[in-house]
Amino acid sequence: MNMEKLIKIQLTNIILATVVGFILGGIVLVLTGYNPLEAYGALFSGIFSKPKYIAQVVIKSTPIILTGLSFLVAFKSGLFNMGAEGQYLTGSIVAAIVGSKLDFPGGIHFLAVVVSAVTASALLGAVIGILKTKWGVNEVISCIMFNWFLLYLNNYLITTPWLKKPNAEASYEIHETAWSLVAGKWKTTEKGIAALSGSGSPFAEMLLRTDLNYGIVIAVIVAVIIYILYKKTTTGYRLQSVGANINASRLSGIPVEKNIICAMALSAAISGLAGALTITGMMPHRLSQLRVHEGYGFSGIAVALIGANSPIGCIFSGLFYSMLEYGSSSIQSKTGAASEIMDLVIGTIIFFIAISSLFRIVLKKKKGESKHE
Amino acid sequence: MNAAHAIEMHGIVKRFGNFCALDEVELEVKKGSIHAILGENGAGKTTLMNILYGLYDYNKGQILVHGKEVHFKSPRDAIHAGIGMVHQHFKLIEPYTVLQNIVLGYEKKGLFGFIDYRKARKEIEALIKAYHFKIDLDAKVRDISVGMQQRVEIVKALYRGADILIFDEPTAVLTPQEIHELTGCMKNMTEEGKTVIIITHKLEEITQCASRCTIIRRGKFITEVAVDGCDTKKLASLMVGREVNFSVKKQKKAGTEPMFEIRNLTVEDRQGICRLSDLSLEVHHGEIVGIAGVDGNGQQELFEAISSLIMVKSGTITIHSKEIQNTDPKTMLENGITVIPEDRQKDGLVLDFTVAENLISQNLSAPQFSRHGFLKKPEIMASSAALIEKYDIRPSGCSALKCRALSGGNQQKVIIARAIARNPDLIIAVQPTRGMDVGAIEFVHKALIEEREKGKGILLISLDLDEILKLSDRVAIISSGHITGVFDAQDADKGKIGTLMVGGKN
Repeated sequence: MNMEKLIKIQLTNIILATVVGFILGGIVLVLTGYNPLEAYGALFSGIFSKPKYIAQVVIKSTPIILTGLSFLVAFKSGLFNMGAEGQYLTGSIVAAIVGSKLDFPGGIHFLAVVVSAVTASALLGAVIGILKTKWGVNEVISCIMFNWFLLYLNNYLITTPWLKKPNAEASYEIHETAWSLVAGKWKTTEKGIAALSGSGSPFAEMLLRTDLNYGIVIAVIVAVIIYILYKKTTTGYRLQSVGANINASRLSGIPVEKNIICAMALSAAISGLAGALTITGMMPHRLSQLRVHEGYGFSGIAVALIGANSPIGCIFSGLFYSMLEYGSSSIQSKTGAASEIMDLVIGTIIFFIAISSLFRIVLKKKKGESKHE
Repeated sequence: MNAAHAIEMHGIVKRFGNFCALDEVELEVKKGSIHAILGENGAGKTTLMNILYGLYDYNKGQILVHGKEVHFKSPRDAIHAGIGMVHQHFKLIEPYTVLQNIVLGYEKKGLFGFIDYRKARKEIEALIKAYHFKIDLDAKVRDISVGMQQRVEIVKALYRGADILIFDEPTAVLTPQEIHELTGCMKNMTEEGKTVIIITHKLEEITQCASRCTIIRRGKFITEVAVDGCDTKKLASLMVGREVNFSVKKQKKAGTEPMFEIRNLTVEDRQGICRLSDLSLEVHHGEIVGIAGVDGNGQQELFEAISSLIMVKSGTITIHSKEIQNTDPKTMLENGITVIPEDRQKDGLVLDFTVAENLISQNLSAPQFSRHGFLKKPEIMASSAALIEKYDIRPSGCSALKCRALSGGNQQKVIIARAIARNPDLIIAVQPTRGMDVGAIEFVHKALIEEREKGKGILLISLDLDEILKLSDRVAIISSGHITGVFDAQDADKGKIGTLMVGGKN
């Protein structure tokens, strides 16, 4: 089967699953006494009716596109990265520290924040990889433990006088020199505000009303790099080979332990990048108290799955996921139906995508396409 | 319709997309007989049996079991109708014990719905006794040898009450003694009224045990013959469609310095049990050294020690006077050794990678295939196409096909092509022709001999004694992890080797 056909089939699956998801959500809406058409109308107008809504969707998609890529990278090497939450926090903690404690000129400061955050979370990933390869600690277990460790580290750090902003349950904000907002400085000046509100163009509204930032550009670049890595490079070959058959890889002279550690480090680095970009790109540009995890890691798994485990697919599935999440709040505000209805829709979609690949495997077996003898 | 036939298959057609795997195939198997199905790799034998076993659906045709028309939707239906199958690639769950594997899916429940292992054990032990198997019911499947795994599969089928047993390449992994036992078992089974169908490439076994033989070539039914009136040569030519040359020509080489030496090698497993003890061996340029032995006597450990998959406790492994024990497979490859592993799907290939990708797996960093870490796709495809052509890997032009889509024999050709293309000094071949047909075996043997003629050394580890005697210049017998004797292949006496293999004295 050629690639084109495969993509088509996967796309059909996703569209079908989406339709089923919306129908099921609709049924639940009817049962709970709401008009599904009205609710979905609210959903879509909450996504598309204003340029700033669209901008919000894009902004919120950045971290989950990245955590999706992060999950994908680990998965290609046969690892199950359940630690995106912790790696995301590592990235945001380091970003907050470097962003608020150090002083660099604009631009360079942003780079310093990103590089240090990515390095720190890559090191965390490497530790998880080493734990696995040297002592056989399952990565799922160490990942989950690190998730909680970092959650509480985050909560602890923002109580220390060193990082805690007086009179706030949060850390100091990072300096503006480290922000990644589009026209961040200019748009807050009086001149900027005047120019933007006067222009009336949709882009001006986006700039004025949202935290439109360069994160999405970086996320897309990362996705393209990952795509090239797997398609064209020897490193990508090794990383995938280790995931697909560890024994054959070892016997082919591929250092499997090294590659597992690398894969985990790369995966964690991408989640760390997501954390850093949230701090640099979005208000309030600081760490805050967390009762539970923010859920970016688990959304990432969904994004990777809906994106059919393709790096480019993750961009679109991330946008799609973010759309439904963001739009769900307007369902609640406009019709009164619980916004959780969209969680149900998303869950159903994921369920049916998972099932559809199962169907395909069964169908293939029956037809005997897996083997020609 | 004939009640004397256990199985009848008429006009079976099976298409995979545009590819017609089976075209009007006929099969009639007499009750209580041993019936062989003969055909090259990819001829469609396994497909035919998978249809009979309910694994595949078919496009056209009719199947009758004991004179009654059936249409199996799944193996469950087939098992219910008394058909059992022992697959070429075993369908066992590795972390489970033998006993658990046998009862799996057929658990008899006792009080409170718990599995009644005691009763099952009793029944299975009776079966094992009746057919003279040697099986440790409490061993985990991942810890037992391939030969024993097959016996587990057989017992599994018998335990499910099969009275028609299909064997897919049953002897590929067995020692001569075990093959002898197996043929005995098969005959016992038929005496008790069971029907046996074997798919095999080994012509001697057909002449030894089968009464009739159906021959399939490229998905087409060729003929059904009575085995009594046939010799192996005739069967082989019917199967391949041309004359087959059985003997390989070898030229005697003058003695040289050994290029590969193993000195006093001792290997212990995790439990501290000695797997190889004080093993010494050497291979010269232009020489094939065969390691003969009963499965599980250290062959696997020898292979793993050479490729540094396991640690060596003491002793040395040297190639060109460089020690390589306790390094890694990469060092081994860099020092001019390549391996053809026994389990091609587990250790040989990445099945989800394409043929082209698998062909370069040991050569990723070679300037020929990559620059600055970027793969050179056109060069890789060109080299792959050339190897596919040279080694007749089918279907032709399969560079972009996933290895999973290839038949077992063609997967093996990919491994062999990859091994030889590296231009190694020494090839370690473990069961290189396991599960392949005579045409393909001839091909592999020729390729190995060709390498030998070029002055390469070859260490051939095989459970097939005939293969060893045919190819080797010298034969070393391994028993309990120790070399118990070394012979020149010309002076080798099969009886003496057999005795040494089972631990007897020279």
